[in-house]
Amino acid sequence: MSIFLLLFLEFFKMGALTFGGGYAMIPFIEETVLRHGWMTTRELVDFIAVSESTPGAFAVNISTYIGSEVGGFPGAVLSTLGLVLPPFIIIILIAKVYEKFKQSTIVQGAMLGLKSTVVGLIAATVMSVGLEVFFSGGIKTETFLSANFYVSLGIFAAALFLLLYKKLNPILIIVGSAVIGIIFGYTGVISV
Amino acid sequence: MKQKFKLCLQLFLTFMKIGVVTFGGGYAMIPIIENEITDKKGWIDADDLLEVVAISETTPGPIAICSATFIGYKIAGVCGAFAATFGVVLPSFVIIYIISLFLRTFEELQVIKYAFFGIRAGVLALLIKAVVSMFKKAPKNIVAYIIMAASFATVAFFSANVIIVIVSAAVIGLAATLIAKKAGKKL
Repeated sequence: MSIFLLLFLEFFKMGALTFGGGYAMIPFIEETVLRHGWMTTRELVDFIAVSESTPGAFAVNISTYIGSEVGGFPGAVLSTLGLVLPPFIIIILIAKVYEKFKQSTIVQGAMLGLKSTVVGLIAATVMSVGLEVFFSGGIKTETFLSANFYVSLGIFAAALFLLLYKKLNPILIIVGSAVIGIIFGYTGVISV
Repeated sequence: MKQKFKLCLQLFLTFMKIGVVTFGGGYAMIPIIENEITDKKGWIDADDLLEVVAISETTPGPIAICSATFIGYKIAGVCGAFAATFGVVLPSFVIIYIISLFLRTFEELQVIKYAFFGIRAGVLALLIKAVVSMFKKAPKNIVAYIIMAASFATVAFFSANVIIVIVSAAVIGLAATLIAKKAGKKL
C-alpha cells in the first residue's frame, strides 16, 4: 500500500473511533505509531510537549506532524484530512436529528462503554510513558541509584501536585520542567 | 448567495482566530468559542453552546473539529461547516508543518536534550491529570469500572488492539444498558 494511502487510512480510523478528543486519542496514536515504526514512545512524549506549547487541537497537531515526518507535505495533508473527515461527515449527518440521536438507548449505552474505556486506555498509556520516563534503561538496581531517576521523580511529583491541586497551566508545567532539566543537565547532576 | 459566501468567509476567519489562540485544544477551545461566537457575533446562544459540547462528546473525533463543523453547519449549512473546520485546522497545520521540518535537528542540541529530559516527567503528570479528568466525566457504576479495568489490563499487559478494545467497550456498554432497561433496573 502506498504510504500516503496508509497515512490517510490510519488517521481516518482514529478520527472515526476516538471519542472525547485530545488525550483520549493518545492510546490509539501510540499503538499506531509503534506498530508502523513511525515514532518511539519517547518521541511521542516529546511531541505531546511540543503540541501543548503550540496552538490548536492535539489530534490535528500530531496528525500533521506524523504525516510530515513519514510522507512530507502531501503526507501531512492526507493525515490531517483523514483525521478530520469522519467527524466532519458524521456531524453533518446527525446535526438535524441530534435530539433523537442523543436520547436513543443505543447512543447512551455505547457512551457508557466509550467513556469508561477511555479511562483505562489512557491509564495504559500512563504506564508505558512511566516506564519510558523512569526506566528507559530497563528495570534494574542501577536505575534506582542514578540521579536521573530521582530528578525525574521530583519533577513528576511537583508537576502532578501543581496540576491537580493548584490547577497550574500545562504550558507552565512544561516550561518549568524544561528549566529544571537544563539546570540539572549543566550542573552535571544528570547525564543525557 | 453573496450573503452566504460572506457568512462563510466570516466563519472561516473567526475559527482561524480561535485556532490560533487556543493552546491545549479541545475543551480549552470552548470558552474562546463562547467569547467569539456567542458574545461577539451572537451566532448561537449559550444553550446552543452546551449542545455543541454534548454533540462533540458523543460523536467521534477531536472536540475542536466536531464543534467547528457543528457550529459552521448550524449557521451556514455545509459551506459553513467546511469554512469553520478548515479555519480551525489551518493554523495548527501550518505551525506544526514548519516545526516538523526542523524539530529533529533541534532535538540534537544538548540544551534541548536536557530540557526534554525534564519535560518528559512533566508530561507524565499531564497524562495522569487527563486520566483523573476523564474518570470524573465517566459513569460511576459497576459495568463502567469493569470496562475501565479490563481496558487498562488488556492494553497494558497484553498489548491488545486499541480498536478492538474501543468497539468491545461500546458493545458491552450497550448490552449492559439494554439488559438493565429490560429488567427495569438502573445501572
